[in-house]
Amino acid sequence: MLSLIVFLPLAAAAVLAVVPSIGAAAARWAWVAVSVVELLLVGVLWAGYEDPGPNGLAFEEQVPWIPGVNSSYHVGVDGLSLPLLAMTAVVFLACAVHALRDADRPRVQAALFLFLQGVSLGVFVAADLILFFVFFDLSIVSMYFVIAGWGHGNAVRSALKFFLYTFLGSLALLLGFIGLYVAAAPHTFDIPELVAAAPLAGDPLTGGLVLAAILVGLAVKTPTVPFHTWLPPAHTDAPATGSAVLAGVLLKMGTYGFVRIAMPILPEAWRAWAWVIVAVGVVSVLYGAFVALAQTDLKRMIAYTSVNHMGYIVLALGAVGVLAEGAAQARSVAVTGAVVQMVSHGLITAALFLLAGVMQDRAGSYDMGSYGGLAAPAPRYAALFAVGAFASLGLPGFSGFIAEFQIFAGSVAVAPVTAVALVGILVTAALFLRALQRVFTGPAAGHTPGFEDLRAPELWSAGPLLGLSLLIGVLPRVLLEVIEPASAALVGLVGR
Amino acid sequence: MQMRPELLLPEILVFLGGLVVLLGGSFLPRDRQWIARAAAALALLGAAAAAALAMAGPAQSAFSGTFTVDTATGTARVITALTTLLVLGVASGEIAGSPRESDTYALLLLATTGVMVLAGSTDLLVLIVGFLLASIPLYGIVGLTGGRAGAEAAMKTYLMGALSGILLMLGVTVLYALAGGTDYALLQETLPAAPAAAVGAGVLGVLAGLLFKAGGVPFHFWVPDAAQGTGATAATFLTTVPKVGALVAVYRLVATVSAGDGSWLLVAALLATASMVLGNLAAYWQTDPRRLLGWSTVAQVGFLLVPVAAAGRSDLALPSLLFYLAAYAVTNVAAFAVTAALPEHRELADYRGLARSRPGLGLALLVALLGLVGTPPLAVFVGKLTTATAAWDGGHGWLALVVMLSSVLSLFYYLRWFAPVFARPEQHAAGFPGRGGAAAWPAVTAGVAAVASLVLGVLAGALWAALEGPLGM
Repeated sequence: MLSLIVFLPLAAAAVLAVVPSIGAAAARWAWVAVSVVELLLVGVLWAGYEDPGPNGLAFEEQVPWIPGVNSSYHVGVDGLSLPLLAMTAVVFLACAVHALRDADRPRVQAALFLFLQGVSLGVFVAADLILFFVFFDLSIVSMYFVIAGWGHGNAVRSALKFFLYTFLGSLALLLGFIGLYVAAAPHTFDIPELVAAAPLAGDPLTGGLVLAAILVGLAVKTPTVPFHTWLPPAHTDAPATGSAVLAGVLLKMGTYGFVRIAMPILPEAWRAWAWVIVAVGVVSVLYGAFVALAQTDLKRMIAYTSVNHMGYIVLALGAVGVLAEGAAQARSVAVTGAVVQMVSHGLITAALFLLAGVMQDRAGSYDMGSYGGLAAPAPRYAALFAVGAFASLGLPGFSGFIAEFQIFAGSVAVAPVTAVALVGILVTAALFLRALQRVFTGPAAGHTPGFEDLRAPELWSAGPLLGLSLLIGVLPRVLLEVIEPASAALVGLVGR
Repeated sequence: MQMRPELLLPEILVFLGGLVVLLGGSFLPRDRQWIARAAAALALLGAAAAAALAMAGPAQSAFSGTFTVDTATGTARVITALTTLLVLGVASGEIAGSPRESDTYALLLLATTGVMVLAGSTDLLVLIVGFLLASIPLYGIVGLTGGRAGAEAAMKTYLMGALSGILLMLGVTVLYALAGGTDYALLQETLPAAPAAAVGAGVLGVLAGLLFKAGGVPFHFWVPDAAQGTGATAATFLTTVPKVGALVAVYRLVATVSAGDGSWLLVAALLATASMVLGNLAAYWQTDPRRLLGWSTVAQVGFLLVPVAAAGRSDLALPSLLFYLAAYAVTNVAAFAVTAALPEHRELADYRGLARSRPGLGLALLVALLGLVGTPPLAVFVGKLTTATAAWDGGHGWLALVVMLSSVLSLFYYLRWFAPVFARPEQHAAGFPGRGGAAAWPAVTAGVAAVASLVLGVLAGALWAALEGPLGM
């Protein structure tokens, strides 16, 4: 089942790539069709999901791959990965719908995105470090081609920076994985086995170094301050769908790595370095918010709010490692909040980037100063963007609120100092309101006259994403019931 | 102890193939030289099959223990035979119909024999024979196929080879004097008791010769010149095939002398670091794709020396070296074959827009370059992963760090090459030759090698089992 979910888009991508006679329309609709099937498959998975218990995996599949180093094709899902799997399928479907209007080499574009979808899903189901790394690295390579091939502005340079930076991160990650392998007895790359063995317990030096390598690798991808510098140019020059996938899905691979690999396998080192991680989280939250406030380029602004939003996740996960007597409940809430934030940020930011892409399409500029009064010619666009902005700043009723409320409820209980990060929420609110005001209200100016309102593919890609965010905000139980047992299990593993 | 020449069947087949091609080619008309090529291919296929069959049996030794047929020898034989076969594919486009066609094939086969001997020898004197047999035809190949720039490359290769050959023989002499024999089993027993400085001088001398063959620092100077100055056939061959035999020989030697003294492992680690760092830094500034690849092969030797630093300390060391050799061979051939398919494009900038006019060739180049970087699931990734793991497992965790950092360095220059490939073509660009013609052979070879690089990576587990035999002696 999981293999089908991962390899169906890869197979479709291969077919699209090698058959040049597939027409443009056929390629675009094939992409949509495969994405719909993927979403249905994930839905079936969700319906049949039962919590597998601590360090267990549902829908497990395992086939030996490189037995010489005890690496296998091992996949499975639990409460931490299933929501991300679903979010990934939704974001990619939205991109497929959005791309129905694109005319630039649709066949190759569809193949590339389907490939990217397959490897992204692969990251979230991998239960073997090498398999995880394979998918992780391939996501970087395919995103490079998305940015370089379909971007605008200084796309080649931004893509290069993205590739070099994240590749460096991935190699740091690989180094950490090798360290885990060497430390484990018997040597293995299997994640559940490593979790059970918790190697390097009682060796703070090596444990700290291995954790440092893994943290750097994941922090580049997340990205946290000071490893975030690749993100703004990559987003600014990427196509709308590329930005949506980059922010919505690829950034989650970093934070997902924390909960899947770093925390359960190296609990002792995680606890020892918890304050550093909390600090990095707080700095990312504040730095991301304030730098976003200073932006005049809409896409750059959204990119920096990503740094801010991902900072909340790092903050919450760091707080889990700060030991406080009898606070297991609070820490579990923090983990749940972090996972909800991953899903929520994926949906909302993907929608915002798809909407920002409309500006590039119509007027070729993201500069907020060259718009004004856009609500008059483009009311649907204004409405949808406002919904996205409010969702992103954490208005109650949207998924972002559920996530950030839980993150702070959990973190502040364990480490009261994390309350300073609340300033980040205020700043984000201010910057989104200011952006809305500058672009959509006031007299028509700059590119506004003649700005065409949302077309059907644009409406039906960003709209459902925000609808889902609203749904999670109103009915969070469906999601929380899946995540909560897994959070409690993770807290138990970190507390070992 | 017996002669048992039947154990050397693959070497004999390739050698006889070389002689037949040399003699037969002289009597063939210019437009029928493909018969010589077919005969050469047949000899190589036969050798590969014989070597693979021999691997099924236990490790054995021939000629009184001076030549060992074990997993390492078997794998090296299969890799060299099949890689030379791919080189013939490159040659079919470049030198078909040229006056020296069958001579070149004959020299390729003779050099291949030498490389095989190098891989299997467990006696210093046989090592010398292998070295000479692998080197002398090489000088010829470099000079024959290179034209004007080839003369300089041939001179440089010859001088470097002569110097390192002398150092090799000097080292053998010293070790012979110390141990009273040249057999590896004897060296392992007696060297720990011999004066350390003298042993050091002897082993370093032998290593110098082998590093020349491998093209590793500090005997690498001929590699970029030869890769740039000679024809594509020679460049592909000399940056790929000799490394296989030389590195297996280095592994055998280091495993022998480090039995009582771990400091040789550190020497191997330092040599690996030097090659990785220098090769990657030097490659960064190149604008000629062939020369860039030349430096990249120097860096790859560094990666290949990494498992040598774990010889005897990690179970992964030997299988990871053998796997990396196979992975490197196909990936490197794929990259060179692409340059052979576009012989007029001698600047990185000329590759701009290749992916749009020749998508197949662009894809093969992408696979080759990403493969050399170490992108999963391509074969070199598995090689890099397992060699770095072996190094850490063998007690050199820092070497794994160097491997990762060097890989990042290498990404810089590979990206300089394949970024233009996928860029929009320029208005006034010269364009690319069509699909057919003489360049079809190297293009197909590039495709085959690229696919092999992917398949090796995905099916790594199935192959791994075949590589896990112990080192014979």
